[in-house]
Amino acid sequence: MQLKPYARTLAIALSLAFVAGCSSTGGGQDGDLTRGAGGTDRGGVSTGTADGRGIDGVRDGRDGQRAAADDRIPQTRTIYFEYDSDAIRNEFEPVLTAHARFLRANPSASVVLQGHTDERGTREYNLALGERRADAVESYLNVQGVSPSQVEVVSYGEERPAARGQNEQAYAQNRRVVFAY
Amino acid sequence: MKHLMTAWLLGCLLLASQLAQANLTIEITRGSDRATPIAIVPFADGDDLPQDIAQIVSDDLQRSGYFEPLERRAMFERPSSSEEVRYGDWSALDVRYLVAGRISREGDNYNIRYELMNISGERRMLGETVTSGGQGLRDAAHYISDQVFEAITDIRGAFSTRIAYVTSSGIGPDTQYALHVSDADGRNSQQILSSDEPIMSPAWSPDGGKLAYVSFETERPAIYIQDLSSGRRVRATSFEGLNSAPAWSPDGRRLAMALSKDGQPEIYVMDIAARDVRRVTNDASIDTEPAWSPDGRSLLFTSDRSGGPQIYRLELGSGEEERLTFTGNYNARARFAPDGEGIFLIHRGNSGYQVAHQDLDSGRLVALTDIGHAESPSVAPNGTMVIFATQQGGNGVLGGISADGRASFRLPAARGDVREPAWSPFLN
Repeated sequence: MQLKPYARTLAIALSLAFVAGCSSTGGGQDGDLTRGAGGTDRGGVSTGTADGRGIDGVRDGRDGQRAAADDRIPQTRTIYFEYDSDAIRNEFEPVLTAHARFLRANPSASVVLQGHTDERGTREYNLALGERRADAVESYLNVQGVSPSQVEVVSYGEERPAARGQNEQAYAQNRRVVFAY
Repeated sequence: MKHLMTAWLLGCLLLASQLAQANLTIEITRGSDRATPIAIVPFADGDDLPQDIAQIVSDDLQRSGYFEPLERRAMFERPSSSEEVRYGDWSALDVRYLVAGRISREGDNYNIRYELMNISGERRMLGETVTSGGQGLRDAAHYISDQVFEAITDIRGAFSTRIAYVTSSGIGPDTQYALHVSDADGRNSQQILSSDEPIMSPAWSPDGGKLAYVSFETERPAIYIQDLSSGRRVRATSFEGLNSAPAWSPDGRRLAMALSKDGQPEIYVMDIAARDVRRVTNDASIDTEPAWSPDGRSLLFTSDRSGGPQIYRLELGSGEEERLTFTGNYNARARFAPDGEGIFLIHRGNSGYQVAHQDLDSGRLVALTDIGHAESPSVAPNGTMVIFATQQGGNGVLGGISADGRASFRLPAARGDVREPAWSPFLN
């Protein structure tokens, strides 16, 4: 998850191609997706995200010209949490403040806050806990003046671990919120 | 671009065909001390068959925890019909029941003649001929297991059922997720969906023809309903926020789910035909993991309104909610036993996350598994077994345990993680 923005854009494009070609059912009925009731926002959501990343990719390409600090996505894009907690740790407040400043300075930029938990406990309850962590970050950004329209929350619960293993070191790396631009 | 897509598609197909071979292999980890001794004699003229019918029947019965099959090397005679059974000899081996049979070929089909004998009563209990093509031999064996199990226990057998489960392999952005359906013994696995984004929460429709599940393939969670025979599917929900934990009502018309579109996760019930959702819980905490009562009148769900996760029951008619679990500070993802008199759930006890059973009358909670890391219990349609996800050597594997906790087995995959098993309803 620490790819550079342009690499992420490429990865997204490839993964979209992969989804289009492959994440279909045994019968390959992808067309049914868009006809399914409630299935109205698939393209919109995916495209919106890809566009946001595309803009950042261009901006990243100008890094050599020493763009102003507010013009760059902050380097640190993952913050970590204590067990069974959605409290923002003091050490990560400067990270959130930097993201808030960037988002305020770039109203066209948007971020997806990806909430994660460690593997302990049930999967669906963990999905809810991951959302609670990402919500806590969103509230913090909103208090700092970031427009709610720039921020979206997606919880992955324990489904996308950053580290494997049944030990506190792995658990600590997995209890996180990732800023995905 | 077209060539690129074709290449992707080919890559996907190759991947799919490799993963499709991912059968799970049963390891019996503990037999029940109350299991009934039974002899499943190898069927006569079955040596050149692609499947060992008697072995499949024996494995089924042993896995149930109700039976302890006699080892083959202890069988000093091999009767193939009731006339050949010398009851005194088997009685001396402390065998209480015996299954014998003979297989004959007729064109492309096999006729499997089997009989069940009560040894102490010195009588035949069951006799039948099953006809099967070569592809259906395992199904025929599971059918025989069902008949033998019911004749002796008076409980309908659930060996001819299936399980759905999720696999993942890899770590980080390269993780691949897949949804599979296999026979209840882990064989005949078929991959029905693959994605590089998470797949969660498979749930069977009560007729066994469809699966609802959560897929993140659009990088947002959405609930899909997929028809298993045609592969066709629809997206049922893609609201803002969580779209999770789908559960079919017993009449198959409604889907309970957890959505966070109005703030924190709440339980909703969707009318599948009309596609409208109705919110049924309302409080400032997490409500998720709904499960229907067998009569369709109430829902179990997990809520942390008391601080930590506990199980609650909601009467849909009156809207009344009642807390059910009070033992310990973590009880989650409950499922009703088919008779509605008890629930199976995940309980955090002294040795971590365990599968537990709580009797609804007495409120008494009993842990069934002794190792930690248990998740996602799913009850067999006859209520005799619970399948769940656990860990073995750092990998996710499926475990099974008899409803009384006495017998257990594991179903490891050749590679990768296996999790979120969902036991199908009766299919025949």
